[in-house]
Amino acid sequence: MAAITVSQLGKQYRLGAQTHDTLRDQLAGLFRGGAKPEAQEFWALKDVNFQIEKGDIVGVIGRNGAGKSTLLKILSQITEPTEGEVRIRGRVASLLEVGTGFHSELTGRENVFLNGAILGMTRAEIARKFGEIAAFAEMDSFLDTPVKHYSSGMTTRLAFAVAAHLEPEILIIDEVLAVGDAAFQKKCLGKMGEVARAGRTVIFVSHNMAAITSLCVRGIYLEKGRLKALGPVQEIVETYMRDALPPGQKSGFRRGEVRGSGRVKFTNLEVYSRDRIAAPVVGEGLTIRATYEAVEENLPIRFVVNVYDSSQVRIFALDSFTDRALPQVFPKTGTLVLEIPPHFALTPGRYQMELVAFIDEEAADHVPGALDFEMEDGDFFGNGRKTHNPAAVIIKNQWSLVAP
Amino acid sequence: MPADDALDAERVIRPHRGFIAVDFGELWRYRELFGFLAWRDILVRYKQTYLGVAWVVLQPVLTMVVFTVLFGRFAKFPTNGAPYEIIVFAALLPWQFFANTLGESSNSLVASARIISRVYFPRLIIPASVVCSGVVEAVISLAILFILMPCYGVAFRPTLLLLPVFFALTFLTTFAAGAWFSALNVKYRDVRYIVPFITRLGMFITPVMFLWVSWVPEKWRMWFCLNPLVGIIDGFRWCVLGPSFAPYWPGLWLSVAVTAVLLVTGMVYFRNTEKTFADVI
Repeated sequence: MAAITVSQLGKQYRLGAQTHDTLRDQLAGLFRGGAKPEAQEFWALKDVNFQIEKGDIVGVIGRNGAGKSTLLKILSQITEPTEGEVRIRGRVASLLEVGTGFHSELTGRENVFLNGAILGMTRAEIARKFGEIAAFAEMDSFLDTPVKHYSSGMTTRLAFAVAAHLEPEILIIDEVLAVGDAAFQKKCLGKMGEVARAGRTVIFVSHNMAAITSLCVRGIYLEKGRLKALGPVQEIVETYMRDALPPGQKSGFRRGEVRGSGRVKFTNLEVYSRDRIAAPVVGEGLTIRATYEAVEENLPIRFVVNVYDSSQVRIFALDSFTDRALPQVFPKTGTLVLEIPPHFALTPGRYQMELVAFIDEEAADHVPGALDFEMEDGDFFGNGRKTHNPAAVIIKNQWSLVAP
Repeated sequence: MPADDALDAERVIRPHRGFIAVDFGELWRYRELFGFLAWRDILVRYKQTYLGVAWVVLQPVLTMVVFTVLFGRFAKFPTNGAPYEIIVFAALLPWQFFANTLGESSNSLVASARIISRVYFPRLIIPASVVCSGVVEAVISLAILFILMPCYGVAFRPTLLLLPVFFALTFLTTFAAGAWFSALNVKYRDVRYIVPFITRLGMFITPVMFLWVSWVPEKWRMWFCLNPLVGIIDGFRWCVLGPSFAPYWPGLWLSVAVTAVLLVTGMVYFRNTEKTFADVI
């Protein structure tokens, strides 16, 4: 029996008109005789139809702005569709963010109860699982300390621990694994896999294709608000990857809505080596230029650039905190230029770059899949030969032969 | 979704058209979350304050002292034979509940924007839980009143038993106004300026520091009582000070009627704008 049936689903947003009206605008509108400023309309989702069987684990993929988040918000009843309908059988819990409702003044213990209740657990359920949750979060001595004294890692772990103990029949998860350290991410993925194997229906959105393929059985591929493909996850991911990186064409910066507080917004990103127009070449270094806009002057921003390979394994992360020469606070707008010396370790192939900006440990903007780029083969060793290296990294090395 | 939701029931999500009725069954299913939110508001309110809960005692008592000195001693407002302190305190109790919790509940939805855009639950429980958390303070104020009454030689009368009725009325009025303003605030941030204005100015057109019946001409009385707090304050004084402070009955009924209208329209307005909160907030 289908757990979720989506038919003819559509969601329309009005750009411009959805900003906070003031009474003045409304009154002014009255006097203008109803000639409201033109609101741009667009369909975040349109004519989407699919069925999810009970026990299915479905990965939803698509570029930024393809309608993934809108779909999850409709399934979680947070926002109402403009047309069509969804039929759902079973209890739904949605996890669009970890730590929803966490209050910094409350203790860890209090927050576990509050957050659990917000996510739909009953008081008895939370009380029963409390020990397990504390153990999963790897904390017991700080449970009666206000969360504001926690490190961001501790808060995330605790929040995740609550989320991992949800036991609904249908679990809807947005890209919540983007934060947290790698070991803990793995633990959470493991826990989610467990939930899935227990026969529950899971809908999972992620840009992390490795997580999608390892966790999900079926895939839904959205493009510009429409359902592009639906089927076995491996097939769908391949289709998506083919579309995401059109051969021989250098793709530019692209972004969706701000994920984070929005106090900083990335507006452009370029990657090149010596020649700014051509694709970067192995052995010629790499220059990354990221342009941002902040809401005010002198914010203490921390920038992170992550580089992923084509199977979404993070190859390296560049963190502005590691550079002491950068100013502590940043002007309202600017372009960060990151220089990576010629002998850095990427081999030829396709890569994807992700941008994150933090202010005081809180994500201000996060652009997963901001840019796809291709490293072209080059003369890495300066010996006139191309590299022909199919491994993940390439390093300078020295060979010698000791005669017997 | 809470556990007692029917497991096999099929839910249909589709665009609502036309009028949406208030779903009391759903509100009841979310009572635990409602309790948690109220509990959080109470916990958070006095964290990191030096005097903590002492503020709950100090606020009304200091206000009472200032009013007594200004209006009771200097201006010599008529007191109908009762101690001015108690006349003021009996009115301050509902008034402060109204003013304090209305301010917070009006801002409650906007302050919970993050939760609203991430999790579904009937949004009405947000302003409602804020109003509920104010009850704790009101009960403390009530205890102070019971301590003050013998100090000023006011006897405990059987009319005190009616106090819960008027207290419930205060609660409903505040909740009704909170539902209206919090929902309006999502779309019109002007509310942020209007509500403090209402609670500050309202203190002067609501008979908190004076007895109004003798001052307001007959033909204006019903207009005056369109303010539901007038009937409520009358009721409180009647309960505390006895028959010589009997309320102006037609006015009291009008106040009750105004509260009922505010309550019904507030909940309906809230319910019918609720679906757009996550998109607009």
